[in-house]
Amino acid sequence: MDYNVLIGGAAGQGIDTLSYIIEKTLKRCGLYVFSMKDYMSRVRGGHNFIQVRFGDKPIYSHDEKFNAIIALDEDTVNLHAKSLKTSGKLILDKSISDNSAYLSFDFKAVAKECGNPRVAGTAAVGVLLKLFGIPLDVSHTVLDDEFKGDVLNANIKAIDTGYNMAKQIFNVTLGKKDDNIYISGNEAIALGAIAAGVKFYSGYPMTPSTSVMTYIAKKSHDAGIVVEQVEDEISAINMALGASYAGVRAMTGSSGGGFALMVEGISLAGITEIPIVITEVQRPGPATGFPTRTEQGDLRFIIHSGHGEFPKMVISLRSPEDAFYQTARAFNIADKYQIPVILVSDQYLADSGVTVKPFDFTKVTIERHISGNEALENGVYKRYKLTESGISPRIIPGKVEGATVLIDSDEHDEFGHITESQDVRVKMVNKRMKKFKLLKEEIQEPLFIGAENPDVLITCWGSTYGPVKEAVDMLLKDGMSIGALSFGDIWPFPTKLIKKYGKFAKMIIDVEQNATAQLDSLMRENALIKADEHILKYDGRMMSSRYIYERVREMTKASSLY
Amino acid sequence: MNTAFETYETAWCPGCGNFGILNALKDALTELGLKPHQVVIASGIGQAAKMPHYINVNGFNGLHGRALPPATAINIANKDLKVIIDSGDGDTYGEGGNHFIHAIRRNANIAHFVHDNQIYGLTKGQASPTTAKGQKTSLQFDGVILDPVKPIKLALTMGAGFVARSFSGNHEHLKKMMKEAIMYDGYALLDIFQPCVTFNKVNTFKWYNDRVYELPDDYDYTDLDNAFKVADEWGDRIPIGIIYKVEKPTYIDNVSFLKDGPPLVDAKLDPMMAEKYLDDFR
Ligand SMILES: Cc1ncc(C[n+]2csc(CCOP(=O)(O)OP(=O)(O)O)c2C)c(N)n1
Ligand code: SF4
Ligand SMILES: [Mg+2]
Repeated sequence: MDYNVLIGGAAGQGIDTLSYIIEKTLKRCGLYVFSMKDYMSRVRGGHNFIQVRFGDKPIYSHDEKFNAIIALDEDTVNLHAKSLKTSGKLILDKSISDNSAYLSFDFKAVAKECGNPRVAGTAAVGVLLKLFGIPLDVSHTVLDDEFKGDVLNANIKAIDTGYNMAKQIFNVTLGKKDDNIYISGNEAIALGAIAAGVKFYSGYPMTPSTSVMTYIAKKSHDAGIVVEQVEDEISAINMALGASYAGVRAMTGSSGGGFALMVEGISLAGITEIPIVITEVQRPGPATGFPTRTEQGDLRFIIHSGHGEFPKMVISLRSPEDAFYQTARAFNIADKYQIPVILVSDQYLADSGVTVKPFDFTKVTIERHISGNEALENGVYKRYKLTESGISPRIIPGKVEGATVLIDSDEHDEFGHITESQDVRVKMVNKRMKKFKLLKEEIQEPLFIGAENPDVLITCWGSTYGPVKEAVDMLLKDGMSIGALSFGDIWPFPTKLIKKYGKFAKMIIDVEQNATAQLDSLMRENALIKADEHILKYDGRMMSSRYIYERVREMTKASSLY
Repeated sequence: MNTAFETYETAWCPGCGNFGILNALKDALTELGLKPHQVVIASGIGQAAKMPHYINVNGFNGLHGRALPPATAINIANKDLKVIIDSGDGDTYGEGGNHFIHAIRRNANIAHFVHDNQIYGLTKGQASPTTAKGQKTSLQFDGVILDPVKPIKLALTMGAGFVARSFSGNHEHLKKMMKEAIMYDGYALLDIFQPCVTFNKVNTFKWYNDRVYELPDDYDYTDLDNAFKVADEWGDRIPIGIIYKVEKPTYIDNVSFLKDGPPLVDAKLDPMMAEKYLDDFR
């Protein structure tokens, strides 16, 4: 069982809420849901749509063909009717079209009867739920959470009326029990940060990163977290560094444009050795690019962000689960090595809602690596004490009587005082780079999926994991010897598995949502392995598993690998 | 003499106005009974910004123009620390101008000492935002063509609750102003005339000495209209002292859990406390 529906309309028509009702209702029926948002950078008009895929097994990505479509405007009909499966149904108001091929209803009249013109869409949702035989009472629980008073009553009446206007045509096996959660990548990052004890978040709104900050702000009072909207991203990172210096777990985040402004601060974190966690939720650039769409174009920029040479860690996120656990892990790594850790996501992962097992909070540990009195030698504290590991004991200003903490953006001696000494310079560079060496032992190798020692090896990173996983499953079913390496930790670059599988593979296909195959360049540089073929997409729309599947078939057709 | 805030060897030119600021600061901290570990000095980059290296307190010597953001966050993260900024006129009003405007709105508890030498010292004599119009510099060979920033007026316009000016050549006055700024609850701007003997041949000790006068005791610093008038006085006579001072709720006051709770840095961290938020996603 694997169904796929779409709801489309203009900005301002409320498709977010309508889709949310569908998504949550399906989820509460014990089904697995995956939703993908496609919206324009405008507040009114234009064309927006949300795709909702659901079934009885975990779903990792979106699909391109639909069993049902709700069209709130003519654009939706014109753009998406052709993507209906043969048995597919298109639901619309008869004022848009009364073509008998479509399921057209007088939703406006229904809304009038319900006493609220805004509930016409809710009636359409009722029709959709009936097509799949989804229990009405579950949808009522969702409406109940969303609305109050008269608005709630009007919505209930509308969904009921719509439901009774249609006939069931698809069979859905409902799940037995709904234990799962339904969450987006950005919400999962926020939840991971809160679990890890973030106490200070400074940021500046920038799509598609903003909802990380928004969720944390909602919990500000309950969890005691200061969320500050700053004047610019330069301030965001410099503030977060100040908070971290003063001893609290601090975070900032943005999309590529805002991250570009933070770059001086990443360098500052590097030389001052202040722990910091930064999220970069990518959208297509350069510059303003496609504000609301997806891309993986910033990888090398992120890895190389910050002038000068210093250690940093870059973790790309594959899924909401990954987002939660890796965010929590990022704080521990930042604290342990006293470095910036950058989490890389993108609009696809940020905005997609996915049904997943509830996160296990007992798996989150908090390791601060903060010292007290014991860090003093004869009553003196050296913030940048030269040690075997390169990591110096860190104390918090004001917390150790008689000891002061001096950090400096200039090259400094062990006390943090400005120096111009060649000797000290070399020692301090070596100290910082020792941490990078140590960090290499911390990194996780990419996730391997598929047939052991496959002939065809896909390489990918971050959010393409979902579509790649489903494509690999389909190709395995076709009998292909195929596997994939999905990179999560990406800097320092993990080389063991790519070397191992790269040796055996007859064809390496690098799959990335960008134009320049940045992962492939990292593989060449760090593991001396290069891809034979590439599947690259950079139109701002996420590649689907079907898209990858078809291209891999194409690429392998000529050879015996097919 | 109190040696808690011992001085380290400085890299300032002999006769530089920064020495007067350093000495006044040490005396102010001593007289306020503060201990080195209770104080943080944040700074940017420049000659003034080297202050954290020359006095024994906690120091955050960050990036050029960026003293305010970390200082704000340090106050938020640990309200028990006394947060001071020592930075230059270029650092504060130029590279950090945007932060200056918004820091005033935030009103975190910070005493901001701007070493205003009306020049870029560290980079060898280019114009700063406060260099006089027409003044020739090592870069503005035909003289500065821009109107200067008026920091006092700008701060008043933005609603700062404490705005003062002093002169590094007047130890007692400067020390007093520093103590007032440090004790003030909220953002306090203290613009300090600091002769740069090497690169600013116009605004010398003599130039300032000939012009500055202390605001009289009966000056009402709670009167904003008055303050604006005083802020505009420039030329033959330049006022120093507290130009404007009123009480205002601070950033901490405006966030109830910061105001009523322990310092943020003392919060207990426990992942399990966040588990309940899973309900938002059921
Ligand atoms: C981003 C950046 N731009 C430029 C510089 C170079 N720079 C360092 S200090 C400074 C100006 C210093 O002037 P001011 O803040 O007035 O301090 P002063 O040296 O006069 O005390 C400049 C331009 C820098 N360090 N960083
Ligand atoms: S250059 Fe000017 S500001 Fe810098 S130390 Fe010399 S006199 Fe002082
Ligand atoms: Mg200056």
